[in-house]
Amino acid sequence: MPRFPYDERDLAKFREVQQLSYHCAEQVAAWIEPGVTERQATAELRRCLVKAGVQDFFHVPFAWFGDRTAFRHFHTPLQFFAGSRVLTEGMPYVLDCAPVVDGYTADIGYGGKVGENAVWDLLAKDLKTYRDLILREVRARKPLAEVYAAVDAQLAAHGYDNRHQVYPGRVIGHQVTRNTARGPAGVNLFGFGVRTLQTLGRELVKERLEGRSPLWAGGRASRHAPTPGLWAVEPHIGFRDVGIKFEELLVVTDEDAYWLDDDLPHVRRWALQEDAA
Amino acid sequence: MTGRRTDTRRRTVDSGGLALAVYEQGDPADPTVVLVHGYPDDHSVWDDVAADLAADHHVVRYDTRGSGASGVPATREDYRLELLGEDLFAVADAVSPDRPVHVVAHDWGSVQSWEAVTTPGAYRRIASYTTMSGPCLDHMGYWIRHRLRRPTPRHLSQLLRQGAHSWYIALFQLPVLAPAAWKLGLARLWPRVLRDLEAVRPRPGHPQATLAEDAVHGIELYRANMRPRVRAPRERHTEVPVQLITLQRDHYVSDFLSEGLERWVPRLTRRTLNATHWSALLEQGPTVAALVRDFTARDHGAARQEPSTAGELVVVTGGGSGIGRATALAFADAGARVVVCDRDLPAAQRTAELCELSGTKAAAYRVDVSDGAAVDAFAQQVATEHGVPDVVVNNAGIGHSGTFLQTTEDEWRRVLDVNLWGVIHGCRAFGRLMVDRGTGGHLVNLASAAAYLPAKQLAAYATSKSAVFMLSDCLRAELAPHRIGVSTICPGIVNTNITRTTTFSGLDDDALAAKQAKVSKLYARRGFPPEKVAAEILRAVRTRKPVVPVTFEAKAARLLGRLSPALLRKAARINAG
Repeated sequence: MPRFPYDERDLAKFREVQQLSYHCAEQVAAWIEPGVTERQATAELRRCLVKAGVQDFFHVPFAWFGDRTAFRHFHTPLQFFAGSRVLTEGMPYVLDCAPVVDGYTADIGYGGKVGENAVWDLLAKDLKTYRDLILREVRARKPLAEVYAAVDAQLAAHGYDNRHQVYPGRVIGHQVTRNTARGPAGVNLFGFGVRTLQTLGRELVKERLEGRSPLWAGGRASRHAPTPGLWAVEPHIGFRDVGIKFEELLVVTDEDAYWLDDDLPHVRRWALQEDAA
Repeated sequence: MTGRRTDTRRRTVDSGGLALAVYEQGDPADPTVVLVHGYPDDHSVWDDVAADLAADHHVVRYDTRGSGASGVPATREDYRLELLGEDLFAVADAVSPDRPVHVVAHDWGSVQSWEAVTTPGAYRRIASYTTMSGPCLDHMGYWIRHRLRRPTPRHLSQLLRQGAHSWYIALFQLPVLAPAAWKLGLARLWPRVLRDLEAVRPRPGHPQATLAEDAVHGIELYRANMRPRVRAPRERHTEVPVQLITLQRDHYVSDFLSEGLERWVPRLTRRTLNATHWSALLEQGPTVAALVRDFTARDHGAARQEPSTAGELVVVTGGGSGIGRATALAFADAGARVVVCDRDLPAAQRTAELCELSGTKAAAYRVDVSDGAAVDAFAQQVATEHGVPDVVVNNAGIGHSGTFLQTTEDEWRRVLDVNLWGVIHGCRAFGRLMVDRGTGGHLVNLASAAAYLPAKQLAAYATSKSAVFMLSDCLRAELAPHRIGVSTICPGIVNTNITRTTTFSGLDDDALAAKQAKVSKLYARRGFPPEKVAAEILRAVRTRKPVVPVTFEAKAARLLGRLSPALLRKAARINAG
């Protein structure tokens, strides 16, 4: 088992990039309105990130509207890319981006809605359960595959379905490392930055040799205790045509685990709801 | 009620040059309800319903063209549906120019109101539509086409039965004969016809004095419209919320004529009434008025309807997960009020919470279906708090695997208590309530493909499900006269948590958990979702289908069992499960 590879300064940098990402997502969420297409939303998100000083992306930004937030009718990986879907009143949306600054990567997911949507409200409230559950299970150092199964069991109890299983490899999360590759910044292949692919490829080989996986799913490759380091975790839940997720960095140290930052839009929203209750 | 205007006011409305006699009751400030009569009636057929509704509605009736005190069109062409639809709009515009009206219609009144309701943009003038005994002729055209294209035995029997009910339509196409029949005595005999065939008590002032002429003029309705519409139907959709009241003892319009109506009417509420074609209006006026009042009181203006206290009431046992939860959600989505029960109360409450997302009312209770007294108490509680259910889905069940000799007495008892006694208790408690209420209903019992597919590893489970299958067959025969349908559902391999709680004879805890995980994985890999079973259950209720094998394997086993029972008996020896 490798030792926890980051110091406080690294963590502060990661936190800073994650804050920046969520800040941009919030700006786009405030800008978004009925009539906007997914492509326009991703372009705005990218503009916003570049303006904030981002030069490279772990993967290109995504935006999904309406039933695409629940990944309904997704059959090919190309369908993950932003399309021409137009936002209308009452629709949910999800923004997803992964900027890299000085090699420090964030990977975030932001769910929102325009107008009234009772299903979204319930899903957004319940999403907290998954954030708490994942942390609890990882702290208990359960094998990642078991944590995945616990999330699935909770989804069944809630009556929702597991939308992260639609992601390539059915992953609920992936390891994030400091990007040290030398490839050209800002160039991407199949939606992933060239530097990302280099780093990811190297990690994949290294971890596989150790019997672990940098990708976190429900299968055999994830039957090991959480690897110390940073994990971008994205439980994605859906009910009928509404999907919602958060994605943020989980810090796994040798003995403990915690979410990198609690000052995030969804966490603030839950706190407000609890205060109101 | 003081200050109420209960007298009838009369006015004349011009519709394309034809004078229509319009009668108003009640306070014009109240919501307006327009009542449209059928053939061979005039507005007086609504007397009881109008008197009841006038207490809190502005009630408007009119004599349709060619009947009562209204003008008589000169040619057959003037009886076309388009003009009849315009009549309704003309009356609505005259009596309620600022607000959309609620329309309630019967027989031919319903046929012509469908024309108005399915006119594009009708929702601006019509707030809701309650229809009895009169289909949209265009929908009927498609209904017939669909059955001719897929001539299954069921479809053919429906066509023949509806054809037999519609004998008079063919008769009406004959020249001379039909008018002569009315003139030569049928009009005089009409009160007796209503008494003997329709269970309507004669009363003074009804039928109307102009019956003979009205009936003769009205024949043109059939001649001008039936053939062209049924031969070349048009696609007629509507956004208007529609309440369909099916009259169970209707001699002219069969209940299956409304199968698939949801295709044209997304906001459809179905109700049934134990009445004949005319007794609904002439004997059960207040009941019809109550149904109309329920429906007009709903907030139809909202994009999604507010939780309503009207609508079908559905009870689902074992509704906390799997097929039960999916079924509850599917009924809620179709606009029904849902009551779920489960041994696990939080799970049942969760289902209720999800049901309410569809904009309907839902409630959850903790009930162990194997406890007869508890089920009786539950049924009474449901009847008191929500009313007698229209549909009860006896879904609760547990899995158990083990050969006959491996299965202990306790295990046998547990499986039979839940799977068989649970269904018996449910059918007894709710069946009794439905029979006493007297307006029909439907019981759905969840059996299994194991009911007719012997397997040595499923001795107790298959026995319990087979008993459910047989009890449903017997019960169906018993409840048929009460118009209560019974459906037996045989799902097959469906991905639910029954496998995660299935017990296995003779295994310790660890081996049990491993076995459960293995079987769950197998069921998950089969990937048949409970939502598809729920859709089949809804269809079974709508079409009153007696036995429904759901998955391919359930259908195949049923077929195989009929072709070669010996083969299934041999296959039962295979060590599976």
